[in-house]
Amino acid sequence: MLAVEVRDLKKAYGDVSAVKDVNFDVSPGEIFGFLGPNGAGKSTTIKMLCTLVRPTAGSARVAGFDVVEDARRVRRHIGLVFQEQTLDGELTAEENLRFHAVLYGVPPDQIDARIGRVLALVALTDRRKDLVSTYSGGMARRLELARGMLHTPRVLFLDEPTAGLDPQSRILIWEDIARLRSEEGVTIFVTTHYMDEAENADRIAIIDHGTIIALDQPDALKASVGSDTIALETADDDAALLSLRAAGYAVERGESGLTAYVDDEEAEVGDLMAAIDVRVRTVRVHRPTLDDVFLHYTGREIREQLGEGAGNGFARAYAARRR
Amino acid sequence: MTAVTTPSNVLGSPMELRTGVARELRVVGMVCQRELIRFARARTRILSGVVQPVLFLFVLGYGLSGLVGTVGGFSFHQFVYPGVVAMSVVMTAMFSALSIVWDREFGFLREMLVAPVDRSTLVMGKTLGGATVAAAQGTIMLVLAPLIGIHLTPLVVVQVIFLELLMAVAMTTFGVFVASRISKIESFQVVMQMLLMPMLFLSGALFPLNGLPNWLAFITRLNPLTYAIAPLRQVIFDAQHLSVEARAHFSSSVTWFGWPLPIWFEVLIVVVFAAIFFALAVRGFSRTE
Repeated sequence: MLAVEVRDLKKAYGDVSAVKDVNFDVSPGEIFGFLGPNGAGKSTTIKMLCTLVRPTAGSARVAGFDVVEDARRVRRHIGLVFQEQTLDGELTAEENLRFHAVLYGVPPDQIDARIGRVLALVALTDRRKDLVSTYSGGMARRLELARGMLHTPRVLFLDEPTAGLDPQSRILIWEDIARLRSEEGVTIFVTTHYMDEAENADRIAIIDHGTIIALDQPDALKASVGSDTIALETADDDAALLSLRAAGYAVERGESGLTAYVDDEEAEVGDLMAAIDVRVRTVRVHRPTLDDVFLHYTGREIREQLGEGAGNGFARAYAARRR
Repeated sequence: MTAVTTPSNVLGSPMELRTGVARELRVVGMVCQRELIRFARARTRILSGVVQPVLFLFVLGYGLSGLVGTVGGFSFHQFVYPGVVAMSVVMTAMFSALSIVWDREFGFLREMLVAPVDRSTLVMGKTLGGATVAAAQGTIMLVLAPLIGIHLTPLVVVQVIFLELLMAVAMTTFGVFVASRISKIESFQVVMQMLLMPMLFLSGALFPLNGLPNWLAFITRLNPLTYAIAPLRQVIFDAQHLSVEARAHFSSSVTWFGWPLPIWFEVLIVVVFAAIFFALAVRGFSRTE
């Protein structure tokens, strides 16, 4: 059974279509990244899958249940971590978790064990009795991950889990996500607009203007936009060009030197250097990143779109301060 | 597209989640318990909930006692005491509903609304929690009784707590209903002040309802709070062995065209109001998200 199954899913608000005919599947146990700029349709899609927004057309099944017909069952089998914080700062971590456990119908005799387990999964066991208002942003986020796992959901939905957090916290959160998958076997559906983070996913769907424009494993996506390159400047480019071609490399001559196209820059840069007889002045290697992938498929960089994201970060910080 | 190989041991068996009435009741208990925990931790709120009514009792009560005078050994500040207790309950109840708006602002409301739980269960938990807190606040006021010469027996205290709870439930559901329609803390406070003060002033909490001009008498009879406060006063006054003279001067019952309503009837009216507000509150929340 697929963890998530989406067929021709559509959502329109009046004349504006937020999501247009989206199709994809997510396998059980997969970490599935949903990547795109703000306003691309990520949040609308995740909300439809979580039964918070009703699709205009098409269908989606989550954990085997239809999101429209069987919304209540879907909700019991998914965990949700929203973009905004949804903890009660005046309660302790344990109290927040207990509240959630009761609301989701975790059997009373299993609640304590389960709270201990999820806190251990995100390494917050020693902060169990502390008020959540004393938590840092990253810790609160990890507590939310733990809370999302309390009722043993089959699919955990994370909407921009690292937005507005510092780099260390972001790394910790991705470690937690990997641990939740490996130790609890949960399927993880995560949206993000951070390209570098999307690398942590098994597969990535890139969404833009409500349409999925690419879907594959990160390496395959990167390979699809071009090979690795090694750019060289030498004392005598003509001689270098000849010897490289003789050694079987695909090389081109550009304005400021040579560019060699290779399959794997890390493995091949040494051999390539050895094949050149003249003195090499500079070497620059480049491997396509997801930024290149995004640029390739959309014709623009994702960073241009971040105005809205910065706004969210501010709202979070503001809310955190008022707390 | 490439297929992904996943670890073979994935999908550990998810636990069997509970459904049914017992579980919905546990949710009511949990939502209620959260209100109590928060109340117990907010010491300043408890204090401010005492100070304001005390101010009314001593400043207004003793201030007007001179004007109204003592009739049959009973004075105005004694008359106003049940009203002030009620005021304490009503204000706490209405403002405990404020926490819903607060929860909405801080996102916790969302955590509750997306849970696979009926909206009515959530509203019930919230109401029960808010009402318990409000009744507790009103009960704290009972310690002032001996200071102003009000005599209480254990039976009266039990009756008073019951009536406080009833009043608190009605006012909390009312507050929850208002909160379901309002998303900003600032506007909630404005709306509450606009509703709370007229409701309190037109309820007989601060003056006897007999001898009012007809139009004013009519408005007080439309106010649900009137029927919540009258029984409280009747129960407390019955324990004071008032003289006939004082009883006539400081009337404690509500009349409809000269017919004094019995306590059970007043209680029934409050129950009906509470049920209406409850239904409206559940409807209010069913609309969001």
